[in-house]
Amino acid sequence: MFDLIVFLVLLTTGYIFGQWLERSHYRSIRKREEDLRSIPVIASKRLPDELCPCHTRMVVGNVVISIDFFKKFLASLRYLIGGRVSSYESLIDRARREAILRMKQQAKLAGANYVFNVKMETSSISKGRRETIGSVEVLAYGTAIIPANN
Amino acid sequence: MLLTTIESVPGKKIVKHLGLVQGSTVRSKHIGRDMMAGLKNIFGGELKGYTELLQESREEAIQRMSLQAESIGANAILNIRFSTSSITQGAAELYTYGTAVELEDNRV
Repeated sequence: MFDLIVFLVLLTTGYIFGQWLERSHYRSIRKREEDLRSIPVIASKRLPDELCPCHTRMVVGNVVISIDFFKKFLASLRYLIGGRVSSYESLIDRARREAILRMKQQAKLAGANYVFNVKMETSSISKGRRETIGSVEVLAYGTAIIPANN
Repeated sequence: MLLTTIESVPGKKIVKHLGLVQGSTVRSKHIGRDMMAGLKNIFGGELKGYTELLQESREEAIQRMSLQAESIGANAILNIRFSTSSITQGAAELYTYGTAVELEDNRV
């Protein structure tokens, strides 16, 4: 009985805080994406000739985001029937966009106008045991192109 | 030391190719941070402690790679890649590698 009450309390706090944090995070992501739209992020390796002469600099952005209790519970229900685990999808989407934003922020500070050859790397911080922390790290890195007259 | 993820440096010629250089570091989180993270696991949201920890460790890996490149006489590392792997419970290896080269010096 006591276990059930603890479980329900965790579930509701997870739901309330998790939803609230996710919504405010998405709001801030959208706002910053709007601000940083002037710096295109490009996955190609080769620089077009018209961008040169320029300086280059490596820029990196990373973020670790944790799942909340409610979503973890939803995902564990999903395992019974299979299919898309949308509660994890939004988590990873948030992490990716945040990492790219942090990378772009660094590029903006350096005075860059493009970021080339962007690579992403995703890793789960802890896996295995049931009681461990479910969180994901995303690292985005690329080469910022700074015009030479700066 | 010039670090970049692309294969060439615009406006500069590669005069010498010095091979692969690498840097790695294995880090584990400490208990205080772990407890905070456990708490965050109920509410969701960013784990700032982990973000910082990984960032610092990655910088150290880059530093080690740069030292290795310097010791063989390179002045730039091209085509840098990162990779992360968890070795045991609670410890992660951060690994970075790239190609050490010597660039010509006369043009900037």
